[in-house]
Amino acid sequence: MSNSTQNLSIASHQNNELTTFQKLGLAIGFTGLFILTLAFFNVNFPNTTMWLSISITSILVGIVIYARASYLSRPEGISNNGIYHKSLTNKGVIAWIIGIILTLFYIVLYWFPKYLGLGENGNPNSGIVGFFDPFSLALNGKIASQWFVYGTLYTIAILGFGYKFILKYRHNKYQLVRTISVMFFQLGFAFLMPEILSKLNPELPYFAKDIKNMWPLNYYFFEDWHLTNMLQGGNLGLFMLVFGIAMIFIISPILTYFYGKRWYCSWVCGCGGLAETAGDSFRHLSNSTQKVWKLERWLIHSVLVFSFVMTIAVIFTFLSNNPEMSFITRNQFIYGIAAFLIVFTGTLFLFKRNDLDTDAKFTMLTLVAIIIISILINLFSGNQNILFVDSNTLRKSYGFAIGAMFSGVIGVGFYPLLGNRVWCRFGCPMAAILGLQQRLFSRFRITTNGGQCISCGNCTTHCEMGIDVRSYAQKGENIVRSSCVGCGICAAVCPRGVLKLENGAEEGRINTNEILLGNDVNLMDLLKNKN
Amino acid sequence: MENIVIIGNGISGITLACHIRKKSNSKITIISSEAEFFFSRTALMYVFMGHMKFEHTQPYENDFWKKNNINLISASVEHVNTKEKSLILNDDSVINYDKLVIATGSKSNKFNWPGQDLKGVTGLYSKQDLETLEAFAPTCKRAVIVGGGLIGIELAEMLRSRNIQVTFLVREMSFWDGVLPSGESQMINRHISEHHIDLRLNTNLTEILSDENGNARAVVTDKNETIECQIVGVTAGVSPNIDFLKTSGIELGRGVKVNRFLETNSKDIYAIGDCAEQHEGIGLRRPIEAVWYTGRMMGEALAQTLTGNPTQYNPGHWFNSAKFLDIEYQTYGWVWAQKKEYEEQFYWEHSSGKKAIRISFHKETRVFLGINTFGIRMRHEFFDTVLTKNKSVDYVIHHLAEANFDPELFTSHKKEIQEQFVKQFIGVKIM
Repeated sequence: MSNSTQNLSIASHQNNELTTFQKLGLAIGFTGLFILTLAFFNVNFPNTTMWLSISITSILVGIVIYARASYLSRPEGISNNGIYHKSLTNKGVIAWIIGIILTLFYIVLYWFPKYLGLGENGNPNSGIVGFFDPFSLALNGKIASQWFVYGTLYTIAILGFGYKFILKYRHNKYQLVRTISVMFFQLGFAFLMPEILSKLNPELPYFAKDIKNMWPLNYYFFEDWHLTNMLQGGNLGLFMLVFGIAMIFIISPILTYFYGKRWYCSWVCGCGGLAETAGDSFRHLSNSTQKVWKLERWLIHSVLVFSFVMTIAVIFTFLSNNPEMSFITRNQFIYGIAAFLIVFTGTLFLFKRNDLDTDAKFTMLTLVAIIIISILINLFSGNQNILFVDSNTLRKSYGFAIGAMFSGVIGVGFYPLLGNRVWCRFGCPMAAILGLQQRLFSRFRITTNGGQCISCGNCTTHCEMGIDVRSYAQKGENIVRSSCVGCGICAAVCPRGVLKLENGAEEGRINTNEILLGNDVNLMDLLKNKN
Repeated sequence: MENIVIIGNGISGITLACHIRKKSNSKITIISSEAEFFFSRTALMYVFMGHMKFEHTQPYENDFWKKNNINLISASVEHVNTKEKSLILNDDSVINYDKLVIATGSKSNKFNWPGQDLKGVTGLYSKQDLETLEAFAPTCKRAVIVGGGLIGIELAEMLRSRNIQVTFLVREMSFWDGVLPSGESQMINRHISEHHIDLRLNTNLTEILSDENGNARAVVTDKNETIECQIVGVTAGVSPNIDFLKTSGIELGRGVKVNRFLETNSKDIYAIGDCAEQHEGIGLRRPIEAVWYTGRMMGEALAQTLTGNPTQYNPGHWFNSAKFLDIEYQTYGWVWAQKKEYEEQFYWEHSSGKKAIRISFHKETRVFLGINTFGIRMRHEFFDTVLTKNKSVDYVIHHLAEANFDPELFTSHKKEIQEQFVKQFIGVKIM
């Protein structure tokens, strides 16, 4: 029995010992998981409905019991004791095992669903997909697909670990409400509603997997099949089309202006939802060095260019192939987009050039790149190829790179190794667009409370987006970063009450509050002027 | 090119170096025997508790110093030769300076207790103290902490995080009651017990007993009780770490004596941070302020002087903060534990017993003098303005919502506080 670790690496601690109820929770939860594993190996259960119910219930009950035993036994407050001493949360053996299993699961899910038991070429489902058939039939009237299994497990994870997160931060109402919100949107909008809608409208084509997802996160929104399905999908389809476009151009910019990108990234989004709940135990693993920040800027902006160009190309192909379904020609479309972006970029530069930090300059370059590539597309593309590449291939490789590899394999599979927001930080085009707005047109900021910062580094360590929050706070500066998803954990873990997420006037949002570091006013004026 | 040497790489010395570098190309050398790179000592507790790794306590990346041409030397200074303007280091090398800044911080107080130098007896100040704790924690069943202040309670929290039993000896009748008025102090007493810390008020250490290997084995209290323990945490305050200056000719009191320009009696030698002692306290401040914030502020002020703009150390309104286990504490302005004769105080405590505020104001003029706030975050900027403009207590009570800095969606206690204030200090009259 030991109370400590000699070398601050992974070692056993007395406080890691489990209580009876924690053991009970683990036993019940893993029994549930074991039943799923048996199904995965194609064990035929006599009463599938019953065994699936037992399995899911056990998983949820296990998490609930374990979480209650872990957090309710101590007074309300920050409970991060030992996270750097434990194998699971400090990239030890357990972390690697879980990371590898998750990654393999994603690989099978995306590329080899038949190993999950998906019946191909008209064969019936078997394995774990077959195990979910009755549940799927009850919900949407069809037999299960690998995506139904995945969606169910995903939702269970958000609900179970969401409950755990709520207990962990039960002293913090912002965290409480935010977590209930992501749980609600996952269960209702991403899981139940699409399934039920598809049951109620069996004759309509399938057009949305997750109805709260919007372009460009939902990268297929403007794809041929999706547009066609919506246009031919009756009132519901038309509603989805109009709502989807309104989300992109009206609702999202307005909400982001008032609240920052957090309204989506940490209150609504499913990827964010999983990161905030199941991924919470790994948030401190996000790298906050300047080097990685540089990498982040390159990656996220490349993804943004790619997703814009991709979408423009897709619509371009659609317009080329279906001139009768649309009211503009492809020429009008491309030059319209280019003109819009030129005006937009120009205005941005005119009015905001004094605010432009490296982040924002990257964004400007991104926009210019998009304009140039769009025009090139129009000049050098035929009906079926975009810049000499077959448009189908382009679309597929985009879906592969962004949809599968990034969001699934690296995004979730690597939670225990790279932190819980890898996808959101480096790969999500939606986060990139919202981030652009947040940096330049938003009332959101994290306010630094005068001179109270003690540079302890809790905020930076626990920032899941790898923002070096301390580097701003210790100078008395507000934090206005495009990547901030507004989870509020920096403010929660701050031992001195220095940080507060706020929406307020845009004026002075980015300026420093240096005048309040504590010295008399004249000196602070001096310090400010010389910078 | 001027050659500036700074002894000590804590917050004062580092703030100074960074601010000088922004304004000038002087040669800057920082000497430290504690750690290779600057770290935030306030975060040592989080390393022990496993919230962070040691590298997370370093606010600047390791290549920052080279990039900014700040020269770091790992050594301790044995002697300062003011006539030749040179330093002798522990490896006998000699370093010359044009300007010398002493920023050596503090060391833990020990009051000549028998056994105070045994193994397993440690303060909580330096990186070395953390290493000692790490070395002794694995075999420790019980620790005794001596001295009930901000560091003592942090050490108690640390040890509890590793399931080590803690007995907390506090000289005073109630926790930190020299600074905290009775209501707040008792609230913290209760919270300490809630965390299963064995709090012994009004109890002093008389002796630390040794085992056969020179390790601490138990302490004896002035109540004649012997408490078995393997770690003794000595947290009865700190004092300036200036022993190496005794023969230097620099004027010393408890700390290095400095004037308002942070100059010592010796030309071109300055002192900042915990180790500096003002000839007279500034305003209501003590001559020695061993606080993170004041260390930083002195660094900022001296950087101006050393870059050609002579500037007095002129701190603004007093503020401070701490965290007692789960209860955050902030203070702005002055609230005295024992009311001064001109002072009136308003105290409100939430029914949970974990939130409280105390506002001090002038009996006659009702001018706001200061606030203690527990479990409710308040806005520094708001109170700084209130203090500068001599606003009244009534103004503050009326604008509590504006003063609040709690995260969004938190329950507001504004109404409750206002109602109690009206009852106590205004009568039934509507504000």
